[in-house]
Amino acid sequence: MTEPQKKKLDLNRREMPKQSPEVRRFNFSEVALGYPADMAMAEASRCLQCKKPLCVNNCPVEINIPGFVKLIGEGDFPGAIRVLKEKNLLPAVCGRVCPQEEQCEKTCVLVKKGGQIAIGRLERFAADWEASQGKAAVPDIPPATGRKVAVVGGGPAGLTVAGDLILRGHAVTIFEALHKLGGVLTYGIPEFRLPKAIVGWEVEYLKTLGVELITDYVVGKTRTLADILKEYDAVFIGAGAGLPWFMNIPGENLNGVYSANEYLTRMNLMKGFLFPEYDTPIKRHRKVAVVGGGNVAMDCARTALRLGADSKIIYRRSRQELPARLEEVENAEEEGIVFEFLTLPIRYIGDERGWVRQIEYLKMQLGEPDASGRRSPVPIEGSETLMDVDAVVCAIGNSPNPMIPATTPGLQIGKKGNIVADEATGKTSMDRVWAGGDVVTGAATVILAMGAGRKAARSIHEYLSSLLLPIRFSAFRNGSISSLREAARCRMRSGGRGGRKPAIFCLTLGSARYDTIGRVHESQHIIYGHHGKTAPPKIRVITESGGCCVCRKSGFC
Amino acid sequence: MAKILTKQAVVPNIHSMVVEAPAVAAQIQPGQFVIVRADDDGERIPLSVSDWDAAAGTITLIFMEVGGTTGKLAALKAGDDLATVVGPLGIPTEIGDFGTVMCIGGCYGIGSIYPIARALKARGNKVITVMESRSSFLLYWEDRFKKVSDTLIVITRDGTKGYRGHVSRAPEIMKTLGRPVHRIIVNGCTYLLKRASDMSRPYEMKTIVSLNPIMIDGTGMCGVCRVTVGKETKFACVHGPDFDGHLVDWEELLQRRKTYIVEEEIVVTASRCEDHHAAIREQRP
Ligand SMILES: Cc1cc2nc3c(=O)[nH]c(=O)nc-3n(C[C@H](O)[C@H](O)[C@H](O)COP(=O)(O)OP(=O)(O)OC[C@H]3O[C@@H](n4cnc5c(N)ncnc54)[C@H](O)[C@@H]3O)c2cc1C
Ligand SMILES: Cc1cc2nc3c(=O)[nH]c(=O)nc-3n(C[C@H](O)[C@H](O)[C@H](O)COP(=O)(O)OP(=O)(O)OC[C@H]3O[C@@H](n4cnc5c(N)ncnc54)[C@H](O)[C@@H]3O)c2cc1C
Ligand code: SF4
Ligand code: FES
Repeated sequence: MTEPQKKKLDLNRREMPKQSPEVRRFNFSEVALGYPADMAMAEASRCLQCKKPLCVNNCPVEINIPGFVKLIGEGDFPGAIRVLKEKNLLPAVCGRVCPQEEQCEKTCVLVKKGGQIAIGRLERFAADWEASQGKAAVPDIPPATGRKVAVVGGGPAGLTVAGDLILRGHAVTIFEALHKLGGVLTYGIPEFRLPKAIVGWEVEYLKTLGVELITDYVVGKTRTLADILKEYDAVFIGAGAGLPWFMNIPGENLNGVYSANEYLTRMNLMKGFLFPEYDTPIKRHRKVAVVGGGNVAMDCARTALRLGADSKIIYRRSRQELPARLEEVENAEEEGIVFEFLTLPIRYIGDERGWVRQIEYLKMQLGEPDASGRRSPVPIEGSETLMDVDAVVCAIGNSPNPMIPATTPGLQIGKKGNIVADEATGKTSMDRVWAGGDVVTGAATVILAMGAGRKAARSIHEYLSSLLLPIRFSAFRNGSISSLREAARCRMRSGGRGGRKPAIFCLTLGSARYDTIGRVHESQHIIYGHHGKTAPPKIRVITESGGCCVCRKSGFC
Repeated sequence: MAKILTKQAVVPNIHSMVVEAPAVAAQIQPGQFVIVRADDDGERIPLSVSDWDAAAGTITLIFMEVGGTTGKLAALKAGDDLATVVGPLGIPTEIGDFGTVMCIGGCYGIGSIYPIARALKARGNKVITVMESRSSFLLYWEDRFKKVSDTLIVITRDGTKGYRGHVSRAPEIMKTLGRPVHRIIVNGCTYLLKRASDMSRPYEMKTIVSLNPIMIDGTGMCGVCRVTVGKETKFACVHGPDFDGHLVDWEELLQRRKTYIVEEEIVVTASRCEDHHAAIREQRP
């Protein structure tokens, strides 16, 4: 190992203060309270500042972890948040919901000694510190490239693409189907785990950067993707995995049987827990059973509990196989959620008014490991049993929303209804269309969606800068090839006349004049320019805003 | 945000609202709907689009004041904004060369079936429009329907206009037409949809109904709108709202629509009383 061993190892991982279970089970306020500054600095000072930090290897967006941790240790919080934001647009979100125990903290060198640095809590601390200062620092935005990108879906994947591309000078518009941005962060993950004010703050930051946000706009319905492509140079699809699965067992359409999406959307997006102050109604159930074992199931069960119900999780395998984050399972247990393991519902039984009253279920035992490596549950014959409930939430998973696939001929779709996209670049089968996040992978995590967004943004940016941008100034706009040549010729200072031969042009853009070498391309109605002085081999462009798109300086480069 | 351009009560309890929504107006087709929120705290409710003007970028909504949200909508005026108008959602009503089509509309469905009748007529079908209501004073848009219908029939529950009774009288009405009906399309309250389907079932006449389960997102994400059609579960917002009325599980739909009946009452009573008391307080010197 390469870590310096100068100071004495401090393995005391600082616990983050939390609301106590007895209190928090009656409110919707955030469970974890965050480090105070002194605790954060103490925790950060434990980091060994490894030369080859193993934590970074396991971070899907490659945050400079030792870098920001060091700055927190030194009390330089603005510095820490700057380092974080170089790689992560949503640190306040990721610090709260990322499965760090499976990522950076899992590979921290100190993990073997049980003292891995609490990277997530520190990330959260830095982000919250910035929010508490009232205003986020806005980085410099380069001059506009004149290129337009449409982002479909305002979840973590879409937000990341938007943030990355706006910082490279492209114009970005997000189209979101719902009335609020954030995707699952807004409609799915509950207030007590991820306060909506934080998501709102992150979205607001994008707005400050100049991203255009259009809500209430369903791509595929309000406008087809093909139509959007006519107006935009590139499109990114981050539509998420929003199609809820049901188990197709009898009684699933009884009143009181919800999909997790419905249950959580009513609560979070529509603020049902504040009904009737907010208009969207929710039921105050007494006995709620949540079917499933992932983060979604934990969120539903803990929500039901906070609304005053006896809340149970019904999972067909055992505790060990629970796919939810350990921290959330522990939180749920502390709050008094009852877990029924090795249990599989086979039928819902209703009363004469159509309300669910009982679940019939089978007990299971664990058999051989399946494809996922987890031991697969096998029903025990004759173990049918009844359980009294007055609501069931089905949290067994989601698949990609079929709206865009169904309305976009030519887009290649995988077996699971996912959009097929290249893993390294996010490119889809359609020209100028990229995709990433849950819509490609199926339901995954926030940080993986962001990572996919980052890769796609890089690829989109490469594509946009490889384009030979048309010089868009008024004399040429909408001009035919002849008028274009006219205009070009009259400004030509030397070299070949029009056609395909290179020539030196003097371009007048607004009040500024630029010299450039270029040519009129007959078929494309385009004038290409490139770096005048050094005349590099690649032909480049001068754009309307007056910058060379390679070096971003105006005039001669 | 969408601006309300005009708003009026067309008949008691039923309002029409012309809203600025250029993106919707550019794409909308007969039988599609929008999701609306009256204000920022508001619930999302589906409303069919009853007319539109793509050039002006406007759509017309016809809605019946039945509860909290429609009550809020009814209280808005021209110049106010709706927090959300999103669409067009759902699959458009099939407009084919059917021959003779009977379009049946009741309450808000009189409005929403109008563009369907208009499109069928333009396509060259014979259109028989049937308007059903409790009483003659609840009928509207008769003049519009005259222009797009070959025959316009009125049924009122109390017999104050046209036939007396309800849609189950359609068979005897059909006999008087002297020509076979090839398809029936029904818009309106769930009871009308069900009754019309029951009416036509013995005659094996294709009957298309526009279902109206509870909805939230309208994009296939939440599943609250699920209905059973021919033993299969469908999401009405994306697979419908039009379905074959003879295959719909009506019992289930009627039950599911009642899920929030207790809470809906709370909204109406709570808001009404509060507003009322606030108004009284304000009036005091
Ligand atoms: C309850 C719950 C808890 C979770 N907990 C965690 C956790 O603790 N940690 C973690 O890492 N992950 C968690 N996840 C998973 C994580 O939230 C997702 O993996 C992540 O949000 C995926 O991001 P995305 O951008 O791909 O899609 P989404 O967040 O789903 O966003 C997609 C957006 O696109 C919009 N959209 C869809 N179709 C259209 C269209 N046609 N036109 C316009 N807009 C459209 C949708 O409305 C939505 O806003 C949880 C998920 C849920 C549901
Ligand atoms: C595809 C579709 C198109 C519709 N078109 C029209 C229309 O053009 N004009 C019109 O007046 N009505 C229409 N409706 C019905 C309309 O959505 C409901 O009347 C409205 O939601 C009632 O809301 P409320 O808060 O005023 O009343 P509430 O008191 O909340 O509810 C009254 C009844 O309306 C139903 N309802 C409640 N909430 C919803 C919801 N979110 N979605 C659907 N139904 C609900 C319930 O059955 C309830 O018992 C349509 C419904 C659907 C599904
Ligand atoms: S967080 Fe762990 S692995 Fe990363 S630099 Fe610090 S001690 Fe090393
Ligand atoms: S309204 Fe949510 S899925 Fe249909």
